[in-house]
Amino acid sequence: MLGLNKKDARLLLIVVAITMLAPFILNPFPAGSDLAQFNAGYPDLMQRFVIFGILAIGFNILFGLTGYLSFGHAAFLGVGSYAAVWMFKLLSMNIIPAIMLSVIIAGVFSLVIGYVSLRRSGIYFSILTLAFAQMSYSLAYSVLTPLTGGETGLQPKATDARILDGALEPGEAATPSLFNIAMRDSFELSLGNWEFVFNFGYYVAAVVMIFAFYMSIRIFRSPFGMMLRAIKSNQTRMSYTGLNARPYTLAAFVISGMYAGLAGGLLVAMDPQAGAERMFWTASGEIVIMTILGGAGTLIGPVLGAGFIKYFENIVSKINETVLHQWFYWLPDGLEDFVIAMIYPFVGKGWHLPLGLLFMLVVIFLPGGLVQGGQKIAGLFSRKTADEPQPKATEPAE
Amino acid sequence: MDQIILQILNGLDKGSAYALIALGLTLIFGTLGVVNFAHGALFMMGAFVAVTVSKLLTLSHKVVDETRTDFLGNPLEVDVPYVYDWFGQAAGDVLIDWAVPIALIVVVPIMILIGFAMERGLIKHFYKRPHADQILVTFGLAIVLQEIIKYFYGANPIPTPAPSAFVGSFDFGVAFGFDPNAIIYPYWRLVYFFFSIAIIGAVFAFLQFTTFGMVVRAGMADRETVGLLGIDIDKRFTIMFGIAAAVAGMAGVMYAPINSPNYDMGMHFLVLSFVVVVVGGMGSLPGAVAAGFMLGILESFASMSAVIDFLPGINQIVIYLVAIIILLTRPRGLMGRKGVMEE
Repeated sequence: MLGLNKKDARLLLIVVAITMLAPFILNPFPAGSDLAQFNAGYPDLMQRFVIFGILAIGFNILFGLTGYLSFGHAAFLGVGSYAAVWMFKLLSMNIIPAIMLSVIIAGVFSLVIGYVSLRRSGIYFSILTLAFAQMSYSLAYSVLTPLTGGETGLQPKATDARILDGALEPGEAATPSLFNIAMRDSFELSLGNWEFVFNFGYYVAAVVMIFAFYMSIRIFRSPFGMMLRAIKSNQTRMSYTGLNARPYTLAAFVISGMYAGLAGGLLVAMDPQAGAERMFWTASGEIVIMTILGGAGTLIGPVLGAGFIKYFENIVSKINETVLHQWFYWLPDGLEDFVIAMIYPFVGKGWHLPLGLLFMLVVIFLPGGLVQGGQKIAGLFSRKTADEPQPKATEPAE
Repeated sequence: MDQIILQILNGLDKGSAYALIALGLTLIFGTLGVVNFAHGALFMMGAFVAVTVSKLLTLSHKVVDETRTDFLGNPLEVDVPYVYDWFGQAAGDVLIDWAVPIALIVVVPIMILIGFAMERGLIKHFYKRPHADQILVTFGLAIVLQEIIKYFYGANPIPTPAPSAFVGSFDFGVAFGFDPNAIIYPYWRLVYFFFSIAIIGAVFAFLQFTTFGMVVRAGMADRETVGLLGIDIDKRFTIMFGIAAAVAGMAGVMYAPINSPNYDMGMHFLVLSFVVVVVGGMGSLPGAVAAGFMLGILESFASMSAVIDFLPGINQIVIYLVAIIILLTRPRGLMGRKGVMEE
């Protein structure tokens, strides 16, 4: 199907099913119940899941497949965001030109940075990308303020030109839309105590994500993807066989930069503003963490990692002391306080702590990320895989 | 002329911090071959040792002072630090005032212990893994350390003053025959500079003139052969890791009065220190120190208003720009050794 083998087609279908049914899957608890705060099925978070999924898929093509660890990938996200906002300001609130421009600009930007950075590899490559990203961040914050809005960020205003759109009615705000359907339009469905929100923006992003995922499967399975794997496993040997690795690495870098630009454009399409903090190097670090946590070099891993981190960031960070007291009210008083004192550092504002610990554990014990963990657990239960090891579709990253 | 001297001086203190952190990073890289992204976190923990010591010294209990009353007419409760009870008021005041130098003594054993624990507990298992894995696991460790500090000390910077003897500024202008107030420079930054020179000198002397240092240098050059000679090189490298952690910790303690410690200060310095290490040349100790001072001074020159008018924004990016140019034109950095991390 679509040029995929049976296994990949199955994976793609599963991803399609999960993304399309996400409003149901992510809202398992009835509204108003104690557990309702674990519901992740609200539009803002669901959009983040798929958009950062795209970002991680793109990063995986560079790191997981080619083995180049970029510590400056957030720069492309930021550049894409700025490009999209400028398209909103100048041309139209329709998201299609905005996203197209953000992909193109991020592609050009990554071509330039990649051309320079890829002259080195290993840690030097990481430092070079980091330096470029920090430079972009500092410039966006200071000198390029007319272009980027500096500290206040960039957002569409009522007075912008917008050549294709007509003038705004007085009091009408500019909202990103796809052929006059606003991104924030939602359809709400109540079934008993359950409330499900179907947001148009989410579905647009989800369709783009599925397409991005499909493209990444095709890249993984293509001769080009094979080349990238060869670069990762032994670049010296590859050059001895008479192949020049540079065009391949550069292509991988640009593709992954364009994925990041696409994600940046989509972020702006959902919430029309862009700021320089999106390019800060901790944002790049977050992309690295997502990809490794899920499983670098696997197909589905980065998407899972992105979802995992965004869930942590938005759900676990909201658990505060009051909520904990509600959960453990049934314990004896002294014990209740003790249990809460034990748990509290790990939730709420301290959500980075369990994340950091988990990330370290994954790097130490599971180089293939959570996907490899899942495969190991599955291997324990099914004897078939233990007896006759099948060729693995997804290889963990080195 | 006075402007130039002022900028050089301004660059020295930042350069000292870069040089100290880069020195520790290079020690670890040169001995163990490990790229330590948690080194900035060690610097940050040093600064928080200073915070802790000054908090501990001002730890106090309430005493009712019968001679005074508060606005309600009740006897006034006064906070009396425990050090007053133990050493008397005069000595207690001195102790509280000199909290940062005292922290300097406390920080060494603490950081050496933390360094040992890190090396034996975590880094040891990563010698044979790719550099990318080392970067990632130490990056994770840095996040964890940072969050632990944030949990205990909160997210706001905590002012930690220098001893009152060093508050104020030194007027270089008078000393060099310029107008008064042309070049004024805070005493503590001067102290920081001389302190870092002393530490750097001590580390170099330790490596150069002691038998231990000689063995370590031999191990850096050829670890296997030193091992074959029956020397337990792993143990010595662990000690070097502890020393590198202590250097970062001391740099952090001394930096606390300059910039109020904050839980993410380590990350900020780490990125720049890595750039410094790479510019100086991976594995080269003199390179790291020289590049640290050079980039610090370059940064402060770039923030002169004359330069900014000419090239807007250059002060923000000059370090990265230099790093990119050097990495592309001199693959080994300024003073990199042959065969170390050449790709």
